[in-house]
Amino acid sequence: MSLILELKNISKHYPGVKALEEVNLRLFSGEVHALLGENGAGKSTLVKVMTGAQSKDGGEIIFLNEKQHFNTPIEAQKIGISTVYQEVNLVPNLTVAQNLFLGHEPKRFGLIHFQKMYADARTVLTQFKLDIDVSAPLSSYSIAVQQLIAIARGVAMSAKVLVLDEPTASLDADEVQVLFGILNQLKQKGVAIVFITHFLDQVYQISDRITVLRNGRFIGEYLTSELPQPQLIEAMLGRSLQQHLVEKTSAEQTSNGTSAVLLSLEGVSVKGSIQSMNLTVPKGQAVGLAGLLGSGRSEVCNAVFGLDLLDSGSIHLAGKKLHLSHPVDAINAGIALCPEDRKVDGIIGPLSIRENIILALQARVGWWRCLSKTRQQEIAQFFIDKLQIATPDADKPIEQLSGGNQQKVILARWLAIEPILLVLDEPTRGIDIGAHAEIIKLIRTLCDDGMSLLVASSELDELVAFSNKVVVLRDRYAVRELSGSELTSQHVMQAIAEG
Amino acid sequence: MKTSVEMMSSEALIEMPNSQQTSSNTPNDRYQAGKSTSFGRYLWPLLALALLLLANLFIDSSFFHIAYQDDRLYGSLIDILNRSAPVALLAIGMSLVIATGGIDLSVGAVMAIAGAVCANLLLLPDIGLGTVVLAGLVVGLMAGCINGTLVSFLGIQPIVATLLLMVAGRGVAQLINQGQIVTFQHQGFAAIGVGQFLGLPMPIWIVIGMLVLTQLLLRKTALGLFIEAVGCNAKASRYLGINDKSIKLFAYAIAGLCAALAGMISTADIQGSDANNAGLWLELDAILAVVIGGAALTGGRFSLFLSIIGALIIQTLATTIIVSGLPAKFNLLIKAIVILTVLLLQSEKFRRQLSGLFKLRVFKGTKVGDKK
Amino acid sequence: MMSKRFIPLWITASLLLVMFLIGSLQFEGFASARVVTNLFRDNAFLLITALGMTLVIISGGIDLSVGSVIALSGVLSSVLITQYQWHPLLAFALILPLGTLFGALMGTIIHVYKLQPFIVTLAGMFLARGIATTVSEESIAIDHPFYDAIADLSIALPGHGSLDVSSLIFILFFAIIAIMMHYSRFGTNVYALGGNAQSAELMGVSIAKTTISIYALSSFLATLAGIIFTFYTFSGYALGAVGVELDAIAAVVIGGTLLTGGSGFVLGTVLGVFLMGVIQTYITFDGTLSSWWTKIVIGLLLFFFIVLQKLLNGRKASHG
Repeated sequence: MSLILELKNISKHYPGVKALEEVNLRLFSGEVHALLGENGAGKSTLVKVMTGAQSKDGGEIIFLNEKQHFNTPIEAQKIGISTVYQEVNLVPNLTVAQNLFLGHEPKRFGLIHFQKMYADARTVLTQFKLDIDVSAPLSSYSIAVQQLIAIARGVAMSAKVLVLDEPTASLDADEVQVLFGILNQLKQKGVAIVFITHFLDQVYQISDRITVLRNGRFIGEYLTSELPQPQLIEAMLGRSLQQHLVEKTSAEQTSNGTSAVLLSLEGVSVKGSIQSMNLTVPKGQAVGLAGLLGSGRSEVCNAVFGLDLLDSGSIHLAGKKLHLSHPVDAINAGIALCPEDRKVDGIIGPLSIRENIILALQARVGWWRCLSKTRQQEIAQFFIDKLQIATPDADKPIEQLSGGNQQKVILARWLAIEPILLVLDEPTRGIDIGAHAEIIKLIRTLCDDGMSLLVASSELDELVAFSNKVVVLRDRYAVRELSGSELTSQHVMQAIAEG
Repeated sequence: MKTSVEMMSSEALIEMPNSQQTSSNTPNDRYQAGKSTSFGRYLWPLLALALLLLANLFIDSSFFHIAYQDDRLYGSLIDILNRSAPVALLAIGMSLVIATGGIDLSVGAVMAIAGAVCANLLLLPDIGLGTVVLAGLVVGLMAGCINGTLVSFLGIQPIVATLLLMVAGRGVAQLINQGQIVTFQHQGFAAIGVGQFLGLPMPIWIVIGMLVLTQLLLRKTALGLFIEAVGCNAKASRYLGINDKSIKLFAYAIAGLCAALAGMISTADIQGSDANNAGLWLELDAILAVVIGGAALTGGRFSLFLSIIGALIIQTLATTIIVSGLPAKFNLLIKAIVILTVLLLQSEKFRRQLSGLFKLRVFKGTKVGDKK
Repeated sequence: MMSKRFIPLWITASLLLVMFLIGSLQFEGFASARVVTNLFRDNAFLLITALGMTLVIISGGIDLSVGSVIALSGVLSSVLITQYQWHPLLAFALILPLGTLFGALMGTIIHVYKLQPFIVTLAGMFLARGIATTVSEESIAIDHPFYDAIADLSIALPGHGSLDVSSLIFILFFAIIAIMMHYSRFGTNVYALGGNAQSAELMGVSIAKTTISIYALSSFLATLAGIIFTFYTFSGYALGAVGVELDAIAAVVIGGTLLTGGSGFVLGTVLGVFLMGVIQTYITFDGTLSSWWTKIVIGLLLFFFIVLQKLLNGRKASHG
């Protein structure tokens, strides 16, 4: 067993975000190495740096004792690093066989030898117990089959290192076992495999070694056999905050349960994301949603904000049944959402801080009655002061702010329309530690002022600190509700691990 | 700590004192507030226009001369303004469409349709000028709404959706004209193209009127901001409660309206409707004007004023070529070179390469200087 | 299971057949070899241009410059042959590489500076037309024995039909391009680029090489079409072939190619050109219908095909 690939002190920065900070990873031949961490921990970024899809800002990549610089994925592929990226990265309009052999099609007389390509494709797919028409377009097959084909392509490249980013996300149990069988064969051939997943049981089934990342930092490298599941979860979710920042303020006093129910979900199901969910948010309280990636955390937020249509069940707000088919419906009912992916769904990059803050209010007021410039400035300045947004003036484009300040602007945007329920999806992801504390404090202040909050977060310590109660989700179901003295990060972690 | 609740009563937010609104009345005041970044936006197009005009002065010293004769102003500058009117009008609408991240290829064909409708209505006896103009505008609005519906509600790519009307529209215009060039005798309507008001040709007034109206509509309401928000990030805009589809529809509707106005000007100008040639390829000039004005084709910030500067640059360029004595055949070539330059300057990579080249030169220069 | 990919192709083919049958039943002499070969002869330059346009559109781009490139190619040919007394073949040997280079430059700008194909080829459109008018604004007649020989050369078919040189050149290039699209790596890469350029790049397709080749090929074909056009008109005119890019795009869409890229066949495009040609012929035979109906019918056809594609691909689109 020898070291094949070593990543040393890899750093990667995006404007406003430190995606990776001095991260290490060692890959040994014949091992499955699980790379674990929550959303935004930096797993996918690390994979992209390792495989040449993105450049690194610092650190070095050593492949078989030689320093390497990859500028394109092709360069990494040439020396033997084959990657299956997270989203099925194939070309949907090409046939299955073309996808398997794109870039190295078998040729005869200078033209593609289709017969041989189809035969080879069938051989490759037999390993995966896939008996499909390889001359049909890829898009005619289910996502699961596409995912297997993507993996088959990676395997067929006969690489020294095989990187699988969430390969099992859409596979069923049998398909996973087929995949693991193939991975075991590859191990025997001495291939080093990087396996990224959020299914912890699979980690224990297949991996030999684990590296954990959190918030773009390297937490540790462990042998799977020496790391029990609770410790693993602790490493992943971690204690990123110094304890003094997270004093339990008013949460304990108000958790006596006398408040009236503001939001209630009854038997809410959304196909593929949440199952018969029951949940209540009392007035003036913060309710936390805990669970691993894919447990239904964000999906609850989306359902409440009208982004996903309900298949069954109902949502009541202040006793009234809501019919949500568009975010506007939710906003009109008094619900606001700070989305998980701030950059894509939250900020409107080139517009100024001022405009980003007043947009929701303006949309609410209607296009006809434009807020005057002075009024806009007043509102913007009010929130810049109140939330301590670090900016010289309100006319700076929001994309030039740091992640934490962008998050504050989005919070300000919603506070300006005074929602009765504020839904926060991962409010502290990818923002620096100081801003964490401020946002947590703000959540408590808002509760004290009578606003209700529903907060999904993977930062358990924080969640426990500001929540009146925490609902633990697992595999799309709500499995536990913790409040009062039960509400500690240990208990939450236990509930996530055990259900 | 108290939250915003006390201060932010929504009533108070809506009930704005009117005095605050009227404080800034210049077009695009928002950009003046944007400080350094907006300064650059204005600098290059204005500089380009100024340089072009100066070049003209150099060639022909009487270029800036404006004579007043028969209650009317005459001069090259007036001529440029007058001739650029149709493209300027189209550029107003095109700015909005491009700001939403779209494009409208059909405006030239819509000009032809609107012109054909007006010309044929004018053949009817006893028809009022108001009716004819209104009919033209309604036709433009309808065309715009068709485009907008295809783009926002059927989700068809803007280039494709507007290509339909670009191809079919001219056919429709020919159908209305029955393949003829329909000429008319109507002083009132002809005035739209060749008339004058306070010494200036009517088309200039129409452009000014449309610019002011649109500017007021966009900047005194929140529509302008909504358009920019949708163009920058349609998804995030939807998340915060903006109806992005209606906003897009609105942009195409305005583009149709502007095209109808432009079509009426060019029809009135020749007192006839030529379905084959009215507005032919003007959609390209309009897109070009918006791009020269510094707008990104991917959507986002827009400035009507800058788009009109873009239209003026295109017209001045054409005039310069004529004034300079160069044969008119160079017009297209020079136009192409200008577009390419503007395009490349918009590309970040090209700017970096350029500034890298520049820095290298400066660096070498200092080195040589040091040795001396 | 009939693949969804072929549905638009079948519809275009059926429409073509139906239009032809309607014409044949209604007018004597419609169903003749002459009408068919005239379709080839009259549309040869458009067919060749549309072959290139198909490639560009399958790759997810668009090329607005082809009409101008046709004009430029025609003007250069006629100037070299008439004013400089070059032998036509020598002139073509110079013009074809130049045209290819022109496209390669556009492709390079599109790729390197990440500019939209629409606007870059729009600039190319003005540039080519600008060069053409600069060279000569007048229409230049070509009078050369080679051209007469070309005009006389044709393969006679039964029923007063004959395939001329232009048609034969088209058939040759159709075969080459069709084989290339379906049996070469380059062809696969073109489809891959239109399907998902990002994935294709991650899978090792060279985006730069493919993009530049696509636009170079499109311009090459347009240049060739310009030469063919001079066979047809015996002249080169800088302001000719205006709007051919629109006809080519329309033919590509009517032929069932997805304007968003990734799906389509050159055969479909050829059928699309013929469908448009048959409509034109029908209107000519009818005599009472006016020419503008061509545009309106083509517009309606475009609408029909765009909506059809939307319906066929609707499910996929909602995924992305």
